[in-house]
Amino acid sequence: MAVTLWESDRASAARRGHGWLSARAADRVFLGLAGLFAAAIVGLVLLIAFELARSSTLAWDTFGFGFLTSTRLDPVARRFGALPYIYGTIVSSLLALLIGAPLGLGGAIFLSELAPRWMRSPVSFLIEMLASIPSVVYGLWALFVLVPIVRQLIEPALGSTLGQVLPLFQGPPYGVGILSAGLVLAIMILPTIAAISRDVLLAVPREQREGLLALGATRWEVISTVVLPYARAGILGAVILGLGRALGETMAVTMVIGNRGEISASLFALADTMASVIANQFTEASYPLYLSALVELGLVLFGVTIVLNIVARWLVWRVNRGGVRRAA
Amino acid sequence: MSLRLLLSAICSVLLLAGCTSASTPIPTTAPAAKPTSPAAAPSNPTTAPAAAPTTAAAAAPASTPGSSQAASGQTMTLNGAGSSFDNPLFSKAFAEYTKLHSNIQVNYQSVGSGAGIQQLTQGPVDFGATDAPLTDEQMAAAENDVVHVPVTLGAVSVAYNLPGVNEGLKLSGDALAKIYLGTIKKWNDPSIAQLNPDLQLPSTDIAVVHRSDGSGTTDIFTTYLGSASQLWKDQVGSGLSVDWPVGLGGKGSEGVAGQVKQIPGGIGYFEMAYAKQNNLTSAAMQSGDQFLVPSIDGATACAAGVADKLPPDLRVRIAGCTGQNAYPISGFSWVVLHQNQKDSARGQALVNLLWWLTHDGQQYSKDLFYAPLPQQVVSKDEQKLSSIQANGQPIQPAH
Repeated sequence: MAVTLWESDRASAARRGHGWLSARAADRVFLGLAGLFAAAIVGLVLLIAFELARSSTLAWDTFGFGFLTSTRLDPVARRFGALPYIYGTIVSSLLALLIGAPLGLGGAIFLSELAPRWMRSPVSFLIEMLASIPSVVYGLWALFVLVPIVRQLIEPALGSTLGQVLPLFQGPPYGVGILSAGLVLAIMILPTIAAISRDVLLAVPREQREGLLALGATRWEVISTVVLPYARAGILGAVILGLGRALGETMAVTMVIGNRGEISASLFALADTMASVIANQFTEASYPLYLSALVELGLVLFGVTIVLNIVARWLVWRVNRGGVRRAA
Repeated sequence: MSLRLLLSAICSVLLLAGCTSASTPIPTTAPAAKPTSPAAAPSNPTTAPAAAPTTAAAAAPASTPGSSQAASGQTMTLNGAGSSFDNPLFSKAFAEYTKLHSNIQVNYQSVGSGAGIQQLTQGPVDFGATDAPLTDEQMAAAENDVVHVPVTLGAVSVAYNLPGVNEGLKLSGDALAKIYLGTIKKWNDPSIAQLNPDLQLPSTDIAVVHRSDGSGTTDIFTTYLGSASQLWKDQVGSGLSVDWPVGLGGKGSEGVAGQVKQIPGGIGYFEMAYAKQNNLTSAAMQSGDQFLVPSIDGATACAAGVADKLPPDLRVRIAGCTGQNAYPISGFSWVVLHQNQKDSARGQALVNLLWWLTHDGQQYSKDLFYAPLPQQVVSKDEQKLSSIQANGQPIQPAH
């Protein structure tokens, strides 16, 4: 075939050291390029952090650490604080994880262990389609479909049952609020967690499963005793990715979270996230301190993301140490 | 075999693209239908003399590089940026202007008042549009070289969703301020009931909705509340974005309207056009001894009523105006430009455009729910436009 002839001519010439690029030089160039790209990514992250820090010096000098503990964002009085937004970001993301991770993992287990073979591709495809829906579309859908459901069904139901006992479910049913934001985020991170977990679960060696089945275990025992623990590290990695997406999500959240910078014990309450505040207020920030405070908010979001990622990675490392021993 | 074919296909496509763009003449008068399309510029409008004739030959309203002679029949593109409130009016008006003067294109980017002011100060645009006049800080940053020209008026509706009360709700500025401060919590509060003796008000909680993003509409609304209630002025103040004591935020006027429509007992504020689009009833606001629903004539009357008290630089908020049939929650929208223009031909074109906009261009306002300027304000605009200079020489606006 013409292609093979062409390739092998060049390849053998390169091996002999002829042609304009010998094999060894080609290797070095490739290594250099790959290293350059890797360094560029790290460099980009550092550049972002540096630029954020540089543009927020005005706010840092004005507010100091009080920025992180102050609760008011008052553009008229020129006082800015980040605490309610840190709270809103963390709580909505954790709620999204609590709801989305079991659902995603359940979907992954179903697809890898229990579903008939003909179902795997279409359902996987559909789940991955969820990931490609734009954030704004999620926000619009949530605003017009999810929020009324939450306001008319979910919040009254939770409020009249669990709300009698737990302050977590008390308050007027606005529909919008942390609960709706958490639900939308859960749906958004579900495909990420499901897709990656499914791949990780499929990668568990067949011998492990067959060995336990030979010992007389049921389907569920196989999954819970061998498959899940073996894939634990990968699943945690998937969950971390989902968390990362939830932390940064802007448009869908800003449409359903109520945009009120308050800290409250209830999930029904209105709240706001850092990404949402920045998106809403950046274009109309009319004086330098305002702009600088918003950039500092971005820096805090950057920091919170890094801290949470470190905590999650440490968790993976802890689990991995134990996991390998158990699976072996 | 297939690899070679693929490579040759890619090369030929690239060659064809290159040849075609070289042979097709770049149109110097772009179709009049799209003068305000962002034309491949992302969020920063391209500086006209350095404009991109290298961008796709297709529909870009190209300005011939380096040219600034409108008279010679070559196209000049004026760039503006700012308020999204003005965007519908500008789209229509500038399109009509290009039909009349086919060698002038206007490229307007609706990026928000704050961003528009910044772009005017830093240089890329010829004019900005803003719903709130520049603060002293912003004037200083622009070397005090900025002229404000009011070009249109908007009325802000206060709409509500009250089951059982379909129309006819009357509110006073003081009651509205208390609602937004959170001191009035229910619809059947005595302060509201005494204004509406003939309505049966339910005991529903008031669900207050405000804007979550910065906006000129918020500026007009909070200025009005400040004029009606000293407590509001002290506690909250006014501005494009404030620290709301209560209420939930909706993104954009559409967001606020959507929330009010969905939540029983909701109340919110947005431009008059949105109330009509969403079939929401507007409350009648107290003005003197009248109760007025938002209307185009009401906004024009508001401006006319305060016309003789306008400061010389026309940087004034008119919300809270009193006068016969003057709707109190109204406000100007300004075009801002440099007093000392650097390029005399561009300056001339700009002044002509704005002269037209404040005179003949006003005819397009009413259909789009903007209020036309009253004659007194148009006279003041004429004075302002006549004061624009280019390189020390005054510019005579062409009528």
